[in-house]
Amino acid sequence: MRILPAGDRALLVELDDLDEVLGYYAALTADAPADVVDIVPAARTVLVTTTGDLATLSRALHDVTPTRDSRTTGDLVDIPVIYDGADLGDVADLLGCSQDDVIARHTADEWTVAFCGFAPGFGYLTSTGSWDIPRRSSPRTKVPTGAVALAGEFSGVYPRESPGGWQLIGRTTAKIFDQERDPAALFHPGRRVRFVDAGRG
Amino acid sequence: MSSLTILEPGPLATIQDRGRAGQAALGVPASGACDRSPYELANRLVGNRPGAAALEVTFGGLVLHADVDLVVAITGAPCTGVPLNAPATLRAGQLLRLGPPVTGLRTYVAVRGGIDVPPVLGSRSTDLLSGLGPAPLTPGLTLPVGRAVEPMPGVDLAPVAHPAGGQVALRVTPGPRRDWFTDAGWESLLSQTYQVSSNSNRVGVRLDGRPLERATAGELASEGMARGAIQIPPSGTPVIFLADHPVTGGYPVIAYVADADLDACAQLRPGQPVRLVS
Repeated sequence: MRILPAGDRALLVELDDLDEVLGYYAALTADAPADVVDIVPAARTVLVTTTGDLATLSRALHDVTPTRDSRTTGDLVDIPVIYDGADLGDVADLLGCSQDDVIARHTADEWTVAFCGFAPGFGYLTSTGSWDIPRRSSPRTKVPTGAVALAGEFSGVYPRESPGGWQLIGRTTAKIFDQERDPAALFHPGRRVRFVDAGRG
Repeated sequence: MSSLTILEPGPLATIQDRGRAGQAALGVPASGACDRSPYELANRLVGNRPGAAALEVTFGGLVLHADVDLVVAITGAPCTGVPLNAPATLRAGQLLRLGPPVTGLRTYVAVRGGIDVPPVLGSRSTDLLSGLGPAPLTPGLTLPVGRAVEPMPGVDLAPVAHPAGGQVALRVTPGPRRDWFTDAGWESLLSQTYQVSSNSNRVGVRLDGRPLERATAGELASEGMARGAIQIPPSGTPVIFLADHPVTGGYPVIAYVADADLDACAQLRPGQPVRLVS
């Protein structure tokens, strides 16, 4: 673990891998130091912003022991998916399997929201399965709300219509982000997600 | 209900308060007033509760109509034609017209009672990046004015300095990815005179100048970034993150602007010369 400078109001904790990020984030949020404003996990790092003293924060961050098995401790949400995405065939070709196999793998894996970014409520979900899907060579200018997608080791659901380069494998009617709802975001870091096959529409 | 009506918004006018800090883990940017101290001052001058929503006006040009008697205060970039840094009364039917600012970029107009649009995720701020909060102001828009107030302060005029014209120096400290750049790259950051790009907005101030030399060719995994981060995209020229910055970014952050100098970033105009000093 390295603690890197990030201005007068934040420190950046750099960790070995995504699993350690999940464990560190779980431990830190369970017992957040005083004066902390935001804790922002990402692929290899956790950014912590504060209104307090950086030296005090640095000591507290050094003392955090990442939670073990944090992939299995978050609450679980089921997301029904109609697997009729425009890139489902391409993904099957990339993996050298049938479209049904892609669906079987995607629904069999248990996913964990590792971090959010890109847009409010857009979660980067990882599983213990070995996904490695390249992004589309040319991003779409318009991906519809609720599109279920894959890129790299991640799966995600577009919380609203936006441009996007991920491979689209299906869609869900689950409201991923609703600013009128509390909490607005369905996916928060640490939450476990299971995709359920709701047919081909 | 008390209200005001926007007749002309100027180049860009938005509603801003203290923003949505604390939700970055959900991908929600902080947003909020770009230049925080004049925003806070404007609210104090009209006896508003802390965090009341005000108008953020970019390069003047706002014309508003008082639908009822209103008490307002105008702070930040000093626009011509209006009283500055002092409470003023607008009679029902009167117009307030902001000329262009003499220096700086962003002017704040607080109304006693606050702009009372519905909050989104705890804030009334317009976030131009994520689209959260009310849309930018448009001609003909009527805005409700709230009733929640505190006693008027016993202040006639707040003695504050106007935003600087001419060359501005911003203090910086090394960021988390300083080592992605050569020593020559770091020296170049601190020795050249940049110019503020016209591509700047509430997300970030872009600086035009000579590209910085990288020590590492690789790609950075996206990581969390705070206001004041100086990100170096492949062009090699800096972007200083402001209020509507994304919660994570994929380009290395070479340095951060000192917190005390962040408000000054919000007042930089396109073309203005900027030095980054350690």
